[in-house]
Amino acid sequence: MSEFVRVEHLSYIYGQGMPDETIALDDVSFSIEEGQFVGIMGATGCGKSTLITHFNGLNRPTKGHIYIGGEDLWADPGDIRRFRFLVGLVFQYPEYQLFEETVYKDIAYGPRNMGLSEAEIDQRVRRAAEFCGLSDASLQKSPFELSGGQKRRVAIAGVLAMEPKLLVLDEPAAGLDPEGRDTILGQIKAWHKETGSTTILVSHSMEDIAKYADRVLVLNSGKVAMYDETAKVFARAPELLELGLSVPEVTKVFLQLRQWGLDIPVDVYTVPYAVKTILAAKEGM
Amino acid sequence: MNEHAQTMLEAKDVVFRYSETGSNAIDGLSMQVKKGEYVAVLGANGCGKSTLAKHFNAILLPASGTVWIEEIPTTDEDRLMEMRQKVGMVFQNPDNQIVATVVEEDVAFALENLGVPRDEMRCRVDDAMQMAGIYKYREKAPHKLSGGQKQRVAIAGVIAMRPDCLVLDEATAMLDPIGREKVMHTVHKLNRDYGITVVQITHYMEEAATADRVVVMSAGRIVMEGTPRQVFSQVEAVKALHLDVPQSAELCHALTQAGLPMPDDVIRPEECAAAIYKTLTGKEPPRDV
Amino acid sequence: MLRDITIGQHFPGDSALHNMDPRAKLVLTLVYIIMLFVASNPIGLGISIVLVFGLYLLAKIPLRLIGKSLKPIIPIILFTAVLNVFFVTGESEPLVSLGFLHIYREGIDYAVLIVVRIICIIAGTSLLTYTTSPIVLTAAIEQLLRPLSKLKFPVHELAMMMTIALRFIPLLIEETDKIMNAQKARGAQLDSGTLMQRVKALIPVLIPLFISAFRRADELAMAMECRCYHGGEGRTRLKELRMSGKDVWLTVAAVVVFVAMGMSNFLWK
Repeated sequence: MSEFVRVEHLSYIYGQGMPDETIALDDVSFSIEEGQFVGIMGATGCGKSTLITHFNGLNRPTKGHIYIGGEDLWADPGDIRRFRFLVGLVFQYPEYQLFEETVYKDIAYGPRNMGLSEAEIDQRVRRAAEFCGLSDASLQKSPFELSGGQKRRVAIAGVLAMEPKLLVLDEPAAGLDPEGRDTILGQIKAWHKETGSTTILVSHSMEDIAKYADRVLVLNSGKVAMYDETAKVFARAPELLELGLSVPEVTKVFLQLRQWGLDIPVDVYTVPYAVKTILAAKEGM
Repeated sequence: MNEHAQTMLEAKDVVFRYSETGSNAIDGLSMQVKKGEYVAVLGANGCGKSTLAKHFNAILLPASGTVWIEEIPTTDEDRLMEMRQKVGMVFQNPDNQIVATVVEEDVAFALENLGVPRDEMRCRVDDAMQMAGIYKYREKAPHKLSGGQKQRVAIAGVIAMRPDCLVLDEATAMLDPIGREKVMHTVHKLNRDYGITVVQITHYMEEAATADRVVVMSAGRIVMEGTPRQVFSQVEAVKALHLDVPQSAELCHALTQAGLPMPDDVIRPEECAAAIYKTLTGKEPPRDV
Repeated sequence: MLRDITIGQHFPGDSALHNMDPRAKLVLTLVYIIMLFVASNPIGLGISIVLVFGLYLLAKIPLRLIGKSLKPIIPIILFTAVLNVFFVTGESEPLVSLGFLHIYREGIDYAVLIVVRIICIIAGTSLLTYTTSPIVLTAAIEQLLRPLSKLKFPVHELAMMMTIALRFIPLLIEETDKIMNAQKARGAQLDSGTLMQRVKALIPVLIPLFISAFRRADELAMAMECRCYHGGEGRTRLKELRMSGKDVWLTVAAVVVFVAMGMSNFLWK
């Protein structure tokens, strides 16, 4: 695998030179291999949202560099729009960005801005819609007639249709019920598997990150606190709790068992893995 | 005490639909909420739980059936202000329910509407802000606060009316885990220390697990009801309704299925850990120091 | 970028000016503006400059903020100044003649007069918003207009609208920023192209913004009803404005200065 995203000594300061100057990102460095699924977590105000708007050049680093596919984003500022198509960004509550008369047209907005042929646009819209579980019939509906969860999927399809090499999602499941959450995250995972696109998932829900991400980046006050494989990050559960993050409930159960002196691993973060671990422990006794 | 004196809210055979032609959002639902009780109403999106919440302070009126607030039927328009004052509502989006540009002025909003004299108002506003734990932000602008803080401002604005009942309509859905925890803590305190009845509409299982009673809705009806333990021990049934159970319950259930019998009424992580400890070692877990 | 807008910015402080009754401040600011036009002579204008600068010092507001608030209207100031310099004719001989353009002494006088007036108006009104929070200002307007409600003028409704506007403007600005970012992420070009293209490119921003504003209005109305809102009738207020002794003295002092500005016209002649 080759490296696809590289962030080097990235700092970002809001309102530089003003009395209310705040450092949102402070010397952040990390890199992501092509095709990886990375979770980003951190308490509110840790700089997650500021970080992701750097990937497609909506924010320009105060200091440092970002490379996507080996290219420096800001080598030629006039050419920044190219990265908007290379990097797909799904914001929090993306359904609020819908504006077209039909679902089809709204999904086609991104591809159309890319200047693709009608045939290509049509193909991409249908593909993205299918991935997001939107039926052909719903494509001709107004997006405003749909339920909240469906609107969310239309908005995500609108970004998927641009077929970005890097897909970044900020809390895509916020406010949805358990089924809506699993559906959307499952569709994103399926997209990731099929297209092999590099994916970044920002979430408060450790359960979701645990379920989907290969690696986890933990931000704290604008700095990288941890960046490692998912299991290794969750093995540091007590530190995560100290950073004001919650850990999955099963991890809490295992932490408690360990505190009581049982010799069991603490990198447990999903229910199936927990069952396996306990059965193995039972065997060993 | 007669029966009315103990009942805070009652719905009887309530039917409601948003349009003449549409299906029933609430479909012949009956339930009671006792005074001082903490009830969680759970259900997938579109099950009618928010519609039900809006019946509890006469924002919506049933197409048929009746809703009572204490002894007042919600159709009694002359007593609308009284009902609104008895049952306070907190909605999902904290930004869209704060009216004033300074926290304390917003908390005072309802009292200003009710024409409460200024000295008493000052006192009640301060009390409400203390109870919601936002007294230190009293002179801030709401848009400078975090989501959880804003939601507690909204709660303070409601409890300043000294309501008997608080209805939370997915009030934590837009918050981060820390904000959610703070709001939940505040609501539990109001219920425990001040005896305020709470009806919480939510789809977070962990929140429902802390209630006295859980009511699960599907397609405008109540499909399950009982203590959190009774409801969440039925892992399969809850999952069939497209809902989750707390991970502790899920883990115990999975272990039982894998051939390691576990108690079936576990919903908290501590209990789950204790049960596993017992199964693995055959001993009671050591007491925490 | 939208965050940089500073209309009606407020700098909290604890000076006598900050704590002054907003009604008095509002009325005195209006009188000040009138007096600027009454006093059309160097002495009067001198007093007005000294007054406004003195008040900035009193309020501990940095003077460079005057420059900042003037910045957007510098073209207007220059334009009016140039217009006056070249087109006001006087009785005496022109000072300079450049072809068909003649500059008279009166023209320069007028230009200076106009420039000083504009600067003082901007500096004075900015000082009002710098030292008075919008909510207090709204309360002042409501109370000053209250007598009009006897004439069926909807004073309470107006004040409520202003309060809600003040509450939601920062939210909508933030939201506009968010939607613009979301559409830019889908390749929207909001800051290039011809005028027509740019207007067209704004549609994907404006439609979601309006929809969101309507949804917010809807939810807010419901939340207000839940908190027993039923119009202005029988309403009490948490805070009622009161004139303190200090306010009275400040007002008297201001009136003295204003009278001096008015009298200066006679002195100059």
